[in-house]
Amino acid sequence: MDRLTRTMLRNRGGLIGLLIVLLNIVVAILAPLLAPHDPLDQDITRRLQPPAWLPGGSVEYLLGTDQLGRDVLTRIIYGSRISLLIGLLSVAVSLPIGVGLGLLGGYFRGRLDDAVMRLADVQLAFPFILLAITIAGVLGPSPRNVILILAVGGWVAYARVTRGQVLGLREKEFVEAARALGMRHGRILVAHILPNILTPIIVLATFAVAQMILLESSLSFLGLGVQPPTPSWGGMLNDGRAYITIAWWLTTFPGATIMLTVLGINFMGDWLRDLFDPRLESL
Amino acid sequence: MRQFLARRLAQAALVVVGVSLVVFFVIRLSGDPTYLLLPPTATEEDRVRLARQLGLDRPIWVQYGIFAQRALGGDFGRSLRFGEPAIPLVLERLPATLELTVAALVVSLLISIPAGILSALRRNKASDNLIMLGALFGQSMPVFWLGIMLILLFAVRLEMFPTSGRGSLMHLALPAVTLGLYSTARVTRLVRAGMLDVMGQDYIRTAWAKGLPRRRVIVKHALRNTLIPVVTIVGLELGTLLGGAVITETIFAWPGIGRLAVTAIFQRDYPVVQAVVMVTALVFVVCNLLVDLAYGWLDPRIRFD
Repeated sequence: MDRLTRTMLRNRGGLIGLLIVLLNIVVAILAPLLAPHDPLDQDITRRLQPPAWLPGGSVEYLLGTDQLGRDVLTRIIYGSRISLLIGLLSVAVSLPIGVGLGLLGGYFRGRLDDAVMRLADVQLAFPFILLAITIAGVLGPSPRNVILILAVGGWVAYARVTRGQVLGLREKEFVEAARALGMRHGRILVAHILPNILTPIIVLATFAVAQMILLESSLSFLGLGVQPPTPSWGGMLNDGRAYITIAWWLTTFPGATIMLTVLGINFMGDWLRDLFDPRLESL
Repeated sequence: MRQFLARRLAQAALVVVGVSLVVFFVIRLSGDPTYLLLPPTATEEDRVRLARQLGLDRPIWVQYGIFAQRALGGDFGRSLRFGEPAIPLVLERLPATLELTVAALVVSLLISIPAGILSALRRNKASDNLIMLGALFGQSMPVFWLGIMLILLFAVRLEMFPTSGRGSLMHLALPAVTLGLYSTARVTRLVRAGMLDVMGQDYIRTAWAKGLPRRRVIVKHALRNTLIPVVTIVGLELGTLLGGAVITETIFAWPGIGRLAVTAIFQRDYPVVQAVVMVTALVFVVCNLLVDLAYGWLDPRIRFD
């Protein structure tokens, strides 16, 4: 704990990151309490109102209103729910798949390993966003499908890192000793190897949440992610794009929110990496 | 060398086959293509006839075989929207995408190589921290937002550049910077890490110990060795850039294959989608093959075995 607080204090970025992430979680959970309006409440008569500090703006709609008269701030607040949920769930789905395949491949080698690594090669052979929009177009856009798509894209990184680590560990004395003692393979993998590779996996997963939030917003921006009227940051940017010459606030604020959120998570990832192992700089 | 080339080619071929499998089966998830091709008024009989015509009544593996055979000949079927063969549609737009991607890569390398080197030489000093902070910001910025902000500032407010389209260098500037900055952050970090790694090597210590001037050590000894891995990064970065081009092209109405893919998806024009994905994968695979070969040529320590 001492080391944790010490590095935390030294690493201001980590502290800022943690604060941003915590703020995001609190806002997402308490959205109905914090949001000044209903995210779906439309009223054309008050459409495209500028932010409060500009002429024509009102304190009631701090960050202005969109083309349907909905409160931008409220929609940003509610949008955090989608972003966090999809970011976390897609990691929760892809991480076990990738780590599992990496463990099995790295430990047993052979055909399975070859198959997994070739599959990873195939997946890395074309831009993921292209695969993502293809699947989203075919399956139809929905939050569930977005999570599925991101999980399909996310597993490779875990599989590669896990496999690399396991390849080194399987030759170590303690693994050999466990094997000599007659321990079953499954037990060796779970009890001896897995705990030793958790550190890079946790760091990787932290960065992955940020990555997934970015990808989700990209899909929603292209109209292939979360569908209107559900508020999502990427979707708001997509809507606001048509009004770029007359209502800059529609694109500026949701985008800045995405950037801050992702930045916060990346700060945290950097800090965790330094904390666990300064040698992991290349991750 | 010949053996390496053969193995590398086999690997590349395997990847292309894998991509074609993915493309074929993902599109099949969309359901019965006859519903897409026939008007809603078509009878069940029409449907069965068309299914037989398209070979849809055969086992799925046979269908993939037919698809693969045609694809090898560059035939992905006709665009459902344009009625033209899909491949020429894609190839027509490929130069625009390559132009954008290469320009973005140039932007990215022009910024990231000096920044990465400076950062490594001034490790943990103010300039290093600033560059790394900038890189973190860059990595956290959604590429579509950056594009929109650049349009807002330079095209709408300052009216310095056109908002969209392709034509002059002025048209290229904003999309290239948008897409380029997207990869600048990552490449900067990698260059910095590479430079730090090289600076810690024995031969650099030897160079210092010999009393060589600082400039000579950095430029002749360290820099040259740092730039070798950068070549690999460029190969990998190309894939990221081609992906980023999908979004950048959409924002700037850039007439490339990324925008073609997005519109094709929305129109359920699957032959075009398949063609775009296959062509992109092919471009990427070929580039990486070339990079691998260049790598061996640049660094004679690498043995091809």
